[in-house]
Amino acid sequence: MPEPDLAENPRMQDDPPPRKGGWARLSESRNGLGFLFMLPAVAFLLFFLTYPLGLGVWLGFTDTRIGRSGIFIGLENYIWLFDDPVFWLSVFNTMIYTLVASVAKFGLGLWLALILNRHLPFKNFFRAIILLPWVVPTVLSAMAFWWIFDSQFSIISWSLMQLGLIDRPINFLGEPWNARWSVIAANVWRGIPFVAISLLAGLQTIPQSLNEAAAIDGATPWQRFTKVTLPLLTPIIAVVMTFSVLFTFTDFQLIYVLTRGGPVNATHLMATLSFQRAIPGGQLGEGAAIAVAMIPFLLAAILFSFFGLQRRKWQQGRD
Amino acid sequence: MASVTIENVRKSYGSVEILHGINISIDEGGFVVLVGPSGCGKSTLLRMLAGLEHITSGQIRIGNRVVNDLAPKERDIAMVFQNYALYPHLTVAENMGFSLKLAGVSRAEIAEKVRPAAEILGLAHLLERYPRMLSGGQRQRVAMGRAIVRDPQVFLFDEPLSNLDAKLRVTMRTEIKNLHQRLKTTTVYVTHDQIEAMTMADKIVVMHDGIVEQVGTPLELYDRPDNLFVAGFIGSPAMNMIAGTLTGDGRFEAKDGTMLPVGDTGSARPGQPLVYGLRPELMSPGGDIPLTVDVIEPTGAETHVVGRLGGAEITGVFRERVAVEPGSAMQIGVTPAGVHLFDEASGQRVSG
Repeated sequence: MPEPDLAENPRMQDDPPPRKGGWARLSESRNGLGFLFMLPAVAFLLFFLTYPLGLGVWLGFTDTRIGRSGIFIGLENYIWLFDDPVFWLSVFNTMIYTLVASVAKFGLGLWLALILNRHLPFKNFFRAIILLPWVVPTVLSAMAFWWIFDSQFSIISWSLMQLGLIDRPINFLGEPWNARWSVIAANVWRGIPFVAISLLAGLQTIPQSLNEAAAIDGATPWQRFTKVTLPLLTPIIAVVMTFSVLFTFTDFQLIYVLTRGGPVNATHLMATLSFQRAIPGGQLGEGAAIAVAMIPFLLAAILFSFFGLQRRKWQQGRD
Repeated sequence: MASVTIENVRKSYGSVEILHGINISIDEGGFVVLVGPSGCGKSTLLRMLAGLEHITSGQIRIGNRVVNDLAPKERDIAMVFQNYALYPHLTVAENMGFSLKLAGVSRAEIAEKVRPAAEILGLAHLLERYPRMLSGGQRQRVAMGRAIVRDPQVFLFDEPLSNLDAKLRVTMRTEIKNLHQRLKTTTVYVTHDQIEAMTMADKIVVMHDGIVEQVGTPLELYDRPDNLFVAGFIGSPAMNMIAGTLTGDGRFEAKDGTMLPVGDTGSARPGQPLVYGLRPELMSPGGDIPLTVDVIEPTGAETHVVGRLGGAEITGVFRERVAVEPGSAMQIGVTPAGVHLFDEASGQRVSG
């Protein structure tokens, strides 16, 4: 706000304002007041986001262990990790996990959203049911999956055996690739609601008349989907899938409850390996270095969505 | 171009029937307006014609083809929606050429068809714009352009002007009518605005509560409404209605004893409860009927006088500049030939 112009306001000139205290001046200035109102948020960000992040990055450059403060060792942790096959295995696992789970969540979530967007009986009931996997605490659902994937009592193995398709239980979590697919399945199950409900919200912003106009224009249902619905949904898809990829990439709980990274590190993600090395293993510095190594991947994902999927030309207003 | 025949068409949602047997025949090249208050079923009927709603029973034919079970795209129609339904991710040119592109027409041929349509509508300089960058009137034109490019058998308009401001609405009204005279494509137009219906239609279909009240040319409906609903719906200001009975000497006696002249009494019997219908402009100052004036509304070209006559509130439209004060009484005359008589119970017309 500009300062009041004294020359143009004789009333203020006649009656010079008394000197105000700092507090009074601050509370009358737009910027000062704005700064004041932002302070709690700034403090929150500094203490709970910047400090832990900074500490984590710093720890990555030290040889800190639990119970012993470390010294600065430069890039030694990273050089060590570079030659560590388990670290590279966890990078590979994280990539597979994120890629497969995200693609599956997108496909199934979009499919579900499209179904829920139709006029179904008990529509609201189904929408509520869909949200359940998202609402249940991860640890609880992970334990349910642990039981579902049990090597002896798995309901899947039992059903397939009853059907005569297999003759002995599947060792879901005991074989590397079985375990990978199993944890991916559990992650997909848990992540679908977020994708489905968000995309459903997006679908509901598309006016029904566009579909009707396309039907009259001669579009088949598939063409209506690919030429009208999907292009109009892309902005929402971009946002939802960015979040979904970030959530999946940093997943920890599901893996830790189901497999703890086993068998033979086949399901260790970067997040679980970082925790494993830092807390049970006591190597805080090395654990922090693994966590810091996730940052470039996450940044790449964010930049990809920011530049690759930013607002389309047709979304912008009149220029 | 094709004729459209709607025969005994009904529509139910569950157990609720909202269209109770509609019969309309539309000539080749005709401009028919379906008009009625909200909820009368006019938009539903249009959507059934377009194939967007299922037909519960009855038959709809476009030309000689029964279209009841055809998908919208097989009916060879084009529709302009109330919210225009332009594809926001396509440019004006792409919007207009969308149907051709779906039909697999070559790019050059699409451009060849879009160009003249855009020129007719004054959109040639906007072809590369996106719908968001257009004004309401321009979007309206693009929606019409999309319909024109199709070169369909029938144009359907679903309240296309209701999102525009009053001035633009008048302009677009003329434009649509012009377009029809130029292309001569059979057109079905839905509106709740009786002025739009009167000014644009060759034939008006007045609908109310899921039935057709009357079908006719604009002036037929105005001059000879079949029933009280049509009488009250068509015309602005609305027709004045005064309750009363016919006396033995062929005059009309209002409930408060005021005597009013009647032309042709038709089948009306003395003593039968009737409604006396009188168009506001068929009154003139100077006569022997007393009118208590409540409000004067000078519009410049004419003067509207709202007052009480025969126990009813009535409006008179006078070409003359009458000098009366609110609260005072004035004497008016009535043209007997312009009087309509309706049976009070059934609402049907009884005068000839």
